[in-house]
Amino acid sequence: MTAPMIAMNGITKSFPGVRALSDVSFDVRAGEVQALVGENGAGKSTLIKILSGVYHADAGEVHMNGEAVHFAHPVESLRAGIAVIYQEFSLLPERSVAQNLFLGREPRTRLGLIDTSRMRAEAREVLSLFAAAGHIDPDSLVGSLNVATQQVVEIAKAVSTGARVVVMDEPTAALNETECEELFATVDTLRNRGVAIIYITHRMREIARLADRVTVLKDGEVAASFDTLPSPDAIVRAMVGRDIEDFFAPKAKPDEIGDPVLTVRGAGNDVLRDIDLDIRAGEIVALAGIQGAGRVALAMALFGEAPFATGDVTLAGEAVSFRSARAAIAGGIGLLPGDRKSEGLVLMQSVRDNGMLTSRAFAPLWTSDQRNDNADTTRMDALLDQMEIRAASYEQDIRALSGGNQQKAIVARWLSMRPKLLIFIEPTRGIDVNSKAGIYHLMRDLAREGAGILMISSDLPEVIGVADRVLVMQSGRIVAEFPHDASEQDIMHAATAETEVAA
Amino acid sequence: MSIASDTRPTRKGFRFDRWAPLLLLGGAFSIYVAVAIATGQTQYLTFDNLIAILGRSIALGITAIGQTFVILVASIDLSVASLISATAVLASVVMDGSPAMILPAVLAAIALGGIVGLANGLVIIGLKVNPLIATLGMSLIIQGCLSAFVSNFAGEVPSAFQVFAYGEVGPFPFALLFLAALAVLAWGVLRFTKFGSDMYAVGGNEEAARFAGIKTGRIVILSHIICSVCASIAGLYLASRLRSGAPWIGSDGVYDLESIAVVVIGGTILAGGRGGIWGTMAGMLIFSLIDSVFNIAGVDSYAKQVLRGVIIVAAVAFYAINSKRIVA
Repeated sequence: MTAPMIAMNGITKSFPGVRALSDVSFDVRAGEVQALVGENGAGKSTLIKILSGVYHADAGEVHMNGEAVHFAHPVESLRAGIAVIYQEFSLLPERSVAQNLFLGREPRTRLGLIDTSRMRAEAREVLSLFAAAGHIDPDSLVGSLNVATQQVVEIAKAVSTGARVVVMDEPTAALNETECEELFATVDTLRNRGVAIIYITHRMREIARLADRVTVLKDGEVAASFDTLPSPDAIVRAMVGRDIEDFFAPKAKPDEIGDPVLTVRGAGNDVLRDIDLDIRAGEIVALAGIQGAGRVALAMALFGEAPFATGDVTLAGEAVSFRSARAAIAGGIGLLPGDRKSEGLVLMQSVRDNGMLTSRAFAPLWTSDQRNDNADTTRMDALLDQMEIRAASYEQDIRALSGGNQQKAIVARWLSMRPKLLIFIEPTRGIDVNSKAGIYHLMRDLAREGAGILMISSDLPEVIGVADRVLVMQSGRIVAEFPHDASEQDIMHAATAETEVAA
Repeated sequence: MSIASDTRPTRKGFRFDRWAPLLLLGGAFSIYVAVAIATGQTQYLTFDNLIAILGRSIALGITAIGQTFVILVASIDLSVASLISATAVLASVVMDGSPAMILPAVLAAIALGGIVGLANGLVIIGLKVNPLIATLGMSLIIQGCLSAFVSNFAGEVPSAFQVFAYGEVGPFPFALLFLAALAVLAWGVLRFTKFGSDMYAVGGNEEAARFAGIKTGRIVILSHIICSVCASIAGLYLASRLRSGAPWIGSDGVYDLESIAVVVIGGTILAGGRGGIWGTMAGMLIFSLIDSVFNIAGVDSYAKQVLRGVIIVAAVAFYAINSKRIVA
């Protein structure tokens, strides 16, 4: 057994009022993937920030190759060979791949100018290490690459700086299934090159695919540490401290499904073609497909943000044609965006204000909460109570809440509008296991109360676990439909198979 | 995930935003030619006249080159107009008609620019004051000090120094060649040096730059020094052209806002990290062509101002609509 590349012993860290980590020990060896799992708030990020020098531990030691190290700043840990790949990339979209790879350490000519040809050649060399990156042109702009490829560039950058430890923080959060496979191959490449990898994730499937060892954090302590790959059940049990019963809500019974809420016939625009779609009251329909298949475009068309150019849409029996989000909301459609922070929340406002965002938009400009339902804060507080949002108070800034509680606040926002159709885009992205279950049950409750629900998700187990019906999109069309008991393989096949394109 | 990321194709070849300033320049030039022909004033289409048009925007061009540097690092400089006045007066007073004092005057002007730029940079980085406010404050301070000492043209520029504005090399004015050389130098710095690369990084993503080990504060301060030194060179040029310095020449030329407008029309985004010198030069040419069109067409000066405002906004809207990204 080789000595650990990184060993963290007895790490303790407190923030005012909270003990984030207590006596956590953790290690990772060269050429292995150590999965770090735990719910949001379990202390994973804090541990990584201590490793990279963003935070300083109150007690405990970090050893690298047997020597004690003290990083005062992330730049120091980077120099020592620890690269952290965050969910928000640190790439410059307006600069080329080569320029990004060598940012801050560009090769120079004897005159002190940047040696662009050497930079390009070295970039090509680094990229060729990765199967998924062999085709990347070092001169292409990073902003023109898709998310998965950008991630490979980010990893290649870490490797080219000579990183011996690579930390990945939920790297698949923004990736679809095929892109995930590319990433896994990249992780394998890193492992074979003898890099020590710390892999943070929520997804059991990724742990099974990648991890050599698993450490589970719960409430700032190591809940379990497995030297061989454990069963998913064992991991979940360690994460939540009990078995999760009914992780997914039960499917709709036949008598719970009512009349069509939404009917779309022959609709299309510059991205979508020949869309026929029915969503019934009480039903959860999932849209599966790879990135770029047009799922989000379909949601945006229904929501009036990028409307259909042709075709007919009927909502609750009435022909409609929404040309703006405001019109769609007034008509009874709600949309929960996939990127909560940038599209869903006003981070610097309170939980209550975030809940009131849409209803206030429909209240008259001069009104008081006694006179108008749309401005009534007591009604909103009741909804927030009903969602069981965990917050110190509804006056608190929403950015302090966990992802799950933020998502619930957005659900409350839409409930106040009594929508007929709710569109959830990636409803549990970045949300921990317990809260995920909460969101799934909430979606089912909303359906039972008579709403139609359309869910877009790149997480196939979620699609299969939640939906009553699964539609698969490809190149702007709906190409397949599956009942709720479809297999992941069938859906993947439909999403990626070459289809005959009708003239 | 937004609709853009879900549907955007991977573009490689033609990039609209890279060529847009050239398109606009072509448009402005066509209008210029069309108006000259339509009004029968074909004498405006001669080589000499085109050179003359360029000659009128030398000061703006020099200032805008400096402004490009600070905008690229996501900063901005509103103090350039006051600094232009201050350096013009300083140079003119130090020279006071004596050719022997040219060198000390030029050095003093450039030193003043360097100090002002350093102060701007230190206030923005050290005291974390928003650059808009920091340089607005600097502008008021400079203008106030200047007005306390001089109220009219002060000092005199010896004829030897007037060569800067009036000298010619072959068919080209000396100042125009100087501007071209300055632009080439600035382009080289941005394109081939580590400092240039660091500037794009700091403007594009300050945190990523810092984590890559770039001393981001130093880059911003250095950009401000370059910007202010460019403004002081513009001040020297104006002193040479007007044969003396006066405390209002910078603000009369609206060099602060116009230099920003030229940079933005040239495709450099106010958020930083994207753009370059040739865009700024194209922006400067667009501005002077528009002015010439107005002159040929005999547009009255108030209408001219309204039209310039409309054109600036329209140009930026043109970029925004075509590139589907936030431009300014």
